[in-house]
Amino acid sequence: MTWETVVGLEVHVQLKTQSKMFCGCATTYGETPNTNVCPVCLGLPGALPVPNAEAVRLGVRGALAIGCFIHPTSVFARKNYFYPDLPKGYQISQFDRPLATAGAVAIESPERGPITISITRLHLEEDAGKSLHDRIPGMTAIDLNRAGTPLAEIVSGPDMRSPAEARAYLVTVRQLLIYAGVSECSMEEGSLRVDANLSVRRPGDPLGTKTEVKNMNSFANVERALESERARQIALLESGDTVTQVTLTFNATTGEVKPLRSKEDSHDYRYFPDPDLPPLVLETAWIEAQRASLPELPAARRARYEAVLALPPYDVRVLTQEPVIADYFEAVVATGVDPKTAANWVLGEVMTGFNEQGSFAVAPDRLAALVALVDDGTVSLSAAKKVFMALSTTADAPAAVAHRLGLVQVRDEDALARWVDEVVAAHPDEAARFRGGDAKLIGFFVGQVMKKSQGKADPKGIQPILLRRLQS
Amino acid sequence: MSAMTLARETGARLAEAEARGLNATLHWSQAVLDRDAARLDAAPAGALTGMAVAVKDNIVTIDQPTTCASKILDGYISPYEATVVTRLRDAGALIAGKANLDEFAMGSSTEHSAYGRVKNPIDLDRVPGGSSGGSAALVAAGVTAAALGSETGGSVRQPAAFCGVVGMKPSYGRVSRFGLVAFGSSLDCISVFGKTVDDASRTLCAISGPDPRDATTRSDPPLVMQPHRADLRGVVIGLPREYFPADLHPGIREACNATIALLRELGAEIRDISLPNTASAVPTYYIINPAEAAANLARFDGVRYGSRRVGPEGDVRALYRATRGEGFGPEVRRRILVGTFVLSAGYSAQYYNRAQAVRRLIIDDFTQAFASGIDLLFTPTTPTPAFKAGEKIADPVQMYLADIFVAPASLAGLPAMSLPIGRDGGLPIGGQLIARDMDEATMMAVASVLEASLDAMGEVR
Repeated sequence: MTWETVVGLEVHVQLKTQSKMFCGCATTYGETPNTNVCPVCLGLPGALPVPNAEAVRLGVRGALAIGCFIHPTSVFARKNYFYPDLPKGYQISQFDRPLATAGAVAIESPERGPITISITRLHLEEDAGKSLHDRIPGMTAIDLNRAGTPLAEIVSGPDMRSPAEARAYLVTVRQLLIYAGVSECSMEEGSLRVDANLSVRRPGDPLGTKTEVKNMNSFANVERALESERARQIALLESGDTVTQVTLTFNATTGEVKPLRSKEDSHDYRYFPDPDLPPLVLETAWIEAQRASLPELPAARRARYEAVLALPPYDVRVLTQEPVIADYFEAVVATGVDPKTAANWVLGEVMTGFNEQGSFAVAPDRLAALVALVDDGTVSLSAAKKVFMALSTTADAPAAVAHRLGLVQVRDEDALARWVDEVVAAHPDEAARFRGGDAKLIGFFVGQVMKKSQGKADPKGIQPILLRRLQS
Repeated sequence: MSAMTLARETGARLAEAEARGLNATLHWSQAVLDRDAARLDAAPAGALTGMAVAVKDNIVTIDQPTTCASKILDGYISPYEATVVTRLRDAGALIAGKANLDEFAMGSSTEHSAYGRVKNPIDLDRVPGGSSGGSAALVAAGVTAAALGSETGGSVRQPAAFCGVVGMKPSYGRVSRFGLVAFGSSLDCISVFGKTVDDASRTLCAISGPDPRDATTRSDPPLVMQPHRADLRGVVIGLPREYFPADLHPGIREACNATIALLRELGAEIRDISLPNTASAVPTYYIINPAEAAANLARFDGVRYGSRRVGPEGDVRALYRATRGEGFGPEVRRRILVGTFVLSAGYSAQYYNRAQAVRRLIIDDFTQAFASGIDLLFTPTTPTPAFKAGEKIADPVQMYLADIFVAPASLAGLPAMSLPIGRDGGLPIGGQLIARDMDEATMMAVASVLEASLDAMGEVR
């Protein structure tokens, strides 16, 4: 008999604001410890939080991107627990009245095809600081630069049925949040973190006891950790044992999960509305304005690329993965370049360069000018790729660069005829075989002429001359 | 008079109060006074020029410690200044020093200070009330014309009544809490003491108004002084019967009756009304306030500032246990325990949530009274005059009941004040005025007229 896996995910994303959730300190990553701090985020006596309007705006846009209902009134609450990197002894979060609920995200399940994952809620909260256990031997150092950084926590329903589905969900949510411009969603820099809940059951049974897995630093590791936890739970149940509610931590080196704390040590957070912060009241018209000003999201963009631009599915999927890539592609198309030609360039040279440098070295209008040189036969496609490489280090026009590099095609009949004559003279045997009826050899001759011209000969101009010389 | 002269006189009076053993100040120095005075003398005059103002030691100042009368903040100096202190300075006031209080403002007698009890200047064996007892005693002893206190559940009005001075609490959100060490955040109001209604009103006006650093301040512009009224014609004053119980102290009843007669003489219309949920105020207060206090005091953990005691085990929990166990006094520990309990899983619905619902009923009582055409309520401030030191210290419930007439307006966030209305056996008696939300103006104007008439009768101060 089979086991059914049930997964729900909690995703924390850092909202990309200039300043923290409740004070004016900068949110820049990687600063000297305890320099981006003030009385508010240090939790000094008498300091008070004031909400960051930009964090609220980004939270709302993120919630809209994942199809949530935005509550016109939501409430900040205190989540009480003691930890050295939590300056106030409580975290300001949202509890029974979150910013947004009831969302849905369409994903492509590797096992079940297109499915919808429900979003239970999205709420706003502040991040804690960092405890550094390896900085000073025998001591724990506290860095509060991160304390107070704005976060959105996104809780999914228990709707995923495999670790691979969980990963597909994460990829989709990350893509939506990047499109909506609310977060960098970088797991390396900690601007996206995942806690996963997993249980197993016999199909048709009620939900089994779930465990929570933490400390996964990539989507691949989320999948690995869940595979490992699923196997652990099934092994327990099949040996007649039971699963106990526990928090586990994933070790990426061993690929195993280990208990962090059990339910008995779990906190009673004693949530209550934060009296320092009035309820967060959003006007319906403002919420609608946010909805209206959301950029086109991936699904709509994919549909448009397929229907209007008639691009093949592979091109569509890769082009829309990151909004910056899709935006670049569209800027090239907007100059009049044929969509498929533009897609070929973007999927090839442009993305290679972007992935290496993290930016676009050649502006869309310069790429368009280069494509025009190919279209009018000034340069060959292979020469154009060399020109593209060169464009990243110069501001000169593509045509000028092509000339400077000597990559402009030669179409002059006399010049072409000289190369053809030399090639025919150098290969008398092949010429004889061609004249004897071996028509395929025309390709050989074209290749030899191209080689002789160092790629500069216009292939279209070579063939008629070749035919004339070989048949004469 | 120059600020420097005021600084010298204030210093002399502070020293004299110390010599009398009032124990009303925790930190002050002539050097700081002189430095401030030099700055004030070089600056243009303001609304409070020539006035020395003491500051309760739970309001942060950069030039002197802020300890909240707790060992856990022994020697702590804030790197920033409370909005109200900046506003006092900007208005030309001289900051006299930091006044003693019940530890973290938890108490009604200022016996719960880690630095010793404050004595009532009228009778040194008696308490000055609390928690702002040091501020009240300084004004009563004539050391300063005004002082800042803080109210969570009557901590300015009650000591004002016990010491025979004016104590004025604004509407919640009228004055910025930025820099007030939080106790019960939904109740906390920085409030003022004055020798007279005018002193208190001028001080309150100077510190009032919105503050971008406190999200709970109201957007209304700062309070301004009211034109003088000749009488109280057109003013409707309600007497809530729940504030005049059969066992009310006879001296207080007599003083209240005389005041009511005077209000009538001045042209006010007097109406008997009922605020039926009054009796629930103290129990409600003692659930909401500890719940908020327990969270607000969680930051005192020995990790970043304040006193730090490392436990024998050397682990972080031992650090918390030792720091908090030794740093907090018994009343603070009691409130943290109660506050933790009333919010804990399985109990929050029956305590915290119910208390919030009852708070709503108490607010509704007031709303209905004011909607019926009442402008102000008049009540006694306290059920008894100042009690003897040590009398209630062992019985927290009796101590809490000293706030029975002041807690309701705190729960409702309404402006309220106490002013001296008589004496009994030499001990001051306070009368309370409670006003509509954000209607401090009517309260200040009526109090001013009443004060003038009471002064004309003598025997009050």
